[in-house]
Amino acid sequence: MDTLPEAEHVPMQDTRGRFGPYGGRYVPEALIAALDELDREYQAARADDSFGAELDHLLTTYVGRPTPLTEAKRFGAEAASGARVFLKREDLTHTGAHKINAVLGQALLTRRIGKQRVIAETGAGQHGVATATAAALMGLECVIYMGEEDTRRQALNVARMRLLGATVVPVSTGSRTLKDAINEALRDWVTNVDTTNYIFGTVAGPHPFPTMVRDLQRVIGVEARQQILDTVGRLPDAVAACVGGGSNAMGIFSAFVDDADVALHGYEAGGDGVATGRHAATITAGAPGVLHGARSYLLQDDMGQTVESHSISAGLDYPGVGPEHAWLKDSGRATYEPVDDSAAMEAFQLLCRTEGIIPAIESAHALAGARRLGEALGPDAVIVVNLSGRGDKDLDTAARWFDLLDENGDQQ
Amino acid sequence: MTTAVVFEKARAEGRSALVGYLPAGFPSVEGSITAMRALVDSGVDIIEVGLPYSDPLIDGPVIQAAADAALRAGTTTPDVLRVVEAVAATGAQAVVMSYWNPLARYGPERFARDLAAAGGAGVITPDLTPDATDDWIPPARAHDLDTVFLVAPSSTDERIAMTTAQCRGFVYATSVMGVTGTREQVGDAAAVLVERTRKTTDLPISVGLGVSNADQAAEIAGFADGVVVGSAFVRRMLEADDDAAGVAEVAELAGSLAEGVRRR
Repeated sequence: MDTLPEAEHVPMQDTRGRFGPYGGRYVPEALIAALDELDREYQAARADDSFGAELDHLLTTYVGRPTPLTEAKRFGAEAASGARVFLKREDLTHTGAHKINAVLGQALLTRRIGKQRVIAETGAGQHGVATATAAALMGLECVIYMGEEDTRRQALNVARMRLLGATVVPVSTGSRTLKDAINEALRDWVTNVDTTNYIFGTVAGPHPFPTMVRDLQRVIGVEARQQILDTVGRLPDAVAACVGGGSNAMGIFSAFVDDADVALHGYEAGGDGVATGRHAATITAGAPGVLHGARSYLLQDDMGQTVESHSISAGLDYPGVGPEHAWLKDSGRATYEPVDDSAAMEAFQLLCRTEGIIPAIESAHALAGARRLGEALGPDAVIVVNLSGRGDKDLDTAARWFDLLDENGDQQ
Repeated sequence: MTTAVVFEKARAEGRSALVGYLPAGFPSVEGSITAMRALVDSGVDIIEVGLPYSDPLIDGPVIQAAADAALRAGTTTPDVLRVVEAVAATGAQAVVMSYWNPLARYGPERFARDLAAAGGAGVITPDLTPDATDDWIPPARAHDLDTVFLVAPSSTDERIAMTTAQCRGFVYATSVMGVTGTREQVGDAAAVLVERTRKTTDLPISVGLGVSNADQAAEIAGFADGVVVGSAFVRRMLEADDDAAGVAEVAELAGSLAEGVRRR
């Protein structure tokens, strides 16, 4: 596997980790030393064959990579206007989502740096579960920050993390979701930076996180690109992925970004509809600003205060987005559109019924996008969808949405 | 304007300057002005006017609670400037403490202009290091404002030198690794950091994070030019029975701290 090589297009203007006018480091001085250390160690690890070999070994024997590329024939025929839709099956990884790819790399780095404690934020809980998993595997102390609201929405994942030995800290400040979990994790880091590494879940945050997490997720796109060539004999017309912070999307996009004929489509959480103001469509409806240490698009008011996001999907419920997505948007290389809760849930159900695959609600946003692409591109089109996670964690939400609980059951 | 004159005066008096933080708009815009005036009357030399922000990642729960309350009450950036104007009218120096995004959104040039017009002396930027952007220092210089950046125990000597070279007015040394909040001990790390910082600059150095009582203020005053107190004031206002009681509480604490920075 070719896990670590960097995509060549990346417009790194300087050592501050910028993508055009986005990215950078807007953090308290107290964190700079740790970010520099992380960047230095990551660069050294990239150049160290034994690090890459150890990571590849884990990805193969522990995560289950390469993940398959599955053609969703019935979904394509019945739900995507006859287009050929291929699913990159990150839902089949150990822990059930793409998050594990970047976590293992960062956990190995933690060990390399010599720290014994890791912290992480989590929204849907998938990144927290992946971090708790890696911590258990490597014998690291693990603390996960999770918005109080999300601990309710994703109660099963809280239990999973605790089973794996992690401490889960519910965050009751601000909007009590992912945004506030990141604030709290950063506060922990600034206090305990001597002993602690922050395993970040997405391609946002201060440099080097956007670059490092993208590189560690790039394995998704590298595999998918080869698999589609092997299966169809040509590159796809379009690649679709959901975008919250944007790590699964950057992971798959980065391997196709130099293929000019492959359209890259990111689907943001439209919530109740962008017009209602209750959404998480950061690129569609936000404006450039700084949140969590990087400059990117951001949902904010006239005073620069962060506006709360809304989505049925906890993993996309974030008012920021990774800076490289902002750059891909401005440069026109990728396009971003919102998918409302209802469209995502319709696609969710369609995949269940046509393919026997229950996707994460996050990934269902990309499936809804694939339906639009199928309609626009027609039956000759080849579309690769990053199925970033599985839907086990979302069964409660889905059961309520579709009213699937027995009349006599606990429908409270 | 510049805070440098305050430090010169304090030095001439053989003491450290006392810097007091309160968030603008808490408990209300008028209430915050009343509380800040009380700090000035009780011996605080420089008022740090906090611009409430939704994601204050270097602040502990006390200041975040007050900032959240100020935002819920609808406090805006123009309100903050109005508070600065009221503090400056007392003759005390006012500096704004703000995270970067609200300033970026308002427009750095516009903010510098309006702050100078309000009589403000400068801005402390807790999440902006001098090398993070080129957008702040030029307008601040153009409008004769202090640019106060932070140094931390984890800063390398190179970064301390880079930072102090871009500071104007004073340097803000964070006493411990962590967020704002009162602490039992502020300890040796602060003294070491001040000593390292002195090697790079002649600017006054103020120490903040964790200072809550006169004894701590006196200890810090033994090696620093300024002592910053924030959470201890905010906590008294949060816990007071009513606004008037809160003002009386912060005035009493300010008086005690003012005595502390004069102990030698």
